[in-house]
Amino acid sequence: MVSDLQGMARQVEAGMRIALPVDYAGVSMAMTKPLIDHGAGDLHLICVPTGGLQVDQLIGAGLVRTVETSAVSLGEAGGAPRFNQAVKTGAIRLMDATCPAIHAGLMAAQKGSPFLPMRGLIGTDVLKNRRDWRVIDNPFEDAGDPIVLIPAIKPDVAIFHAPMADRFGNVWIGRRRELAAMAYASTTTLVTVERIVDESLLANEMSAAGTLPSLYVSDIAVAPKGAWPYGLWGEYPTDTAEIIRYAKAARSDDGFAEYMGGRVLEPAQ
Amino acid sequence: MSDRSSQSILPREILIATIAGLLDGVRHVAVGASSPIPAAGAMLLRALKAEAGEKPVRISILGSVEHNFFTNGSAELFDCAGQGRIDAFFLGGGQIDGHGNVNLVGAGDYPQSTVRWPGSFGSAYLYFTVPRVILFREEHTPRVFVDQVDFISAPGVSDEGVYRHGGPYALLTSKGLFRFNKDKGYFALQSVHPGHDLAEIKDATGFHFEHDAQPQHTQQPDANTLALLRGQVMDELSETYPDFAQQMRADLDGVSAQTALAS
Repeated sequence: MVSDLQGMARQVEAGMRIALPVDYAGVSMAMTKPLIDHGAGDLHLICVPTGGLQVDQLIGAGLVRTVETSAVSLGEAGGAPRFNQAVKTGAIRLMDATCPAIHAGLMAAQKGSPFLPMRGLIGTDVLKNRRDWRVIDNPFEDAGDPIVLIPAIKPDVAIFHAPMADRFGNVWIGRRRELAAMAYASTTTLVTVERIVDESLLANEMSAAGTLPSLYVSDIAVAPKGAWPYGLWGEYPTDTAEIIRYAKAARSDDGFAEYMGGRVLEPAQ
Repeated sequence: MSDRSSQSILPREILIATIAGLLDGVRHVAVGASSPIPAAGAMLLRALKAEAGEKPVRISILGSVEHNFFTNGSAELFDCAGQGRIDAFFLGGGQIDGHGNVNLVGAGDYPQSTVRWPGSFGSAYLYFTVPRVILFREEHTPRVFVDQVDFISAPGVSDEGVYRHGGPYALLTSKGLFRFNKDKGYFALQSVHPGHDLAEIKDATGFHFEHDAQPQHTQQPDANTLALLRGQVMDELSETYPDFAQQMRADLDGVSAQTALAS
């Protein structure tokens, strides 16, 4: 079951819907370069529920057709330069959402339901621009009470990074339950980890509670510091200086190309 | 010492103390990831309540490990708000208009915005479900406070019949404090921060708002509040926002050095 990054990247095909986690949950930055080298384009990215560096780099590499997200930013380092540029030129199709709507769509897929109702949204331009969402009157009320229906979000592939897996393919996700939600909803789940442990994570009740069973995991590769320059909870902090360095470089096409082709993408060990 | 505290209050200390006042009475306040001033306001309220022996205030700082007790991933905050367990939250905005509409998406046309901001985040839900949403934006200019937002991430008011348990409560800027009138759907100027005046605020605000002919000044924190803020709260804050806390301490040293020279 233990694979390599290039082998995992090859499982992504042009036009697929790819779910990627929020910057603090465990982003598999280690997969970014292999995905770009593999070159499958026209991707539909689903940010769970927001995107950052990885999303910006995949857009900058020209692999993205659609971005479904509640936000894209580099946090303290400011706006996401390649995303902002692509919005300005119309190079990507936007499906602006709000965080709980992304969670609702994944939850519907998790349950095998066609949709999930959610509060809020009525009167927003977010709703107005989402033709795929519907508003109905709450059928349990006698009259009125409009409520929004979010259709199930079913990604082809989910990609994330976690501290550890065991040799049976179970992955420890701790309290980052959005990673489980992504895996439940997706056809294929590709995971990079810091390390692989011998003992089953399910053998101990304490670790079992935070474990995503191998049933939902398609492939695992070892990638030490695989979230860098993002941090990984419980393991290492975010390298903000590096993200700022990227943010500056990626303001121009040339700067982006130079950054991506440079010494980069190697964490200091 | 009392001289120093009355003469050298930083503008940001007034913002923090004002936020603590706006939060008075909440049980649980959620604060966004890069929001040191709202976080400091919430921590100040918590310290004041602890000192007074009143019910504790719970603070959730998103993206923080130490100040975040959620165990069900990033969906839990929204579930928590939907259940009515979050009393207050903060929103900024690239544009905010006089009806309390917030735009976090972009300026100009949509989707090809001339200026694109990150996106709506959870605003399109939390504005409906959190009773006390405090709009906080330090930059007080006509490009931020517009007559009408270009994109509604979250609307200030809703039509009758729409589920609405939350919304704008106040708008705090570097120049003044506004309260939102839910029934009328617009802002009223409550107070002007020291060093600013009504004419300046009118010039800097692209929407109409109610105001007294002689608006009052924003209340300054008393000596005890200031001592808590400069001691315990800055210590707590520096765990999550070390750069911000360091900057504020440097600013304070600068102001007190000036005061010492002047006296």
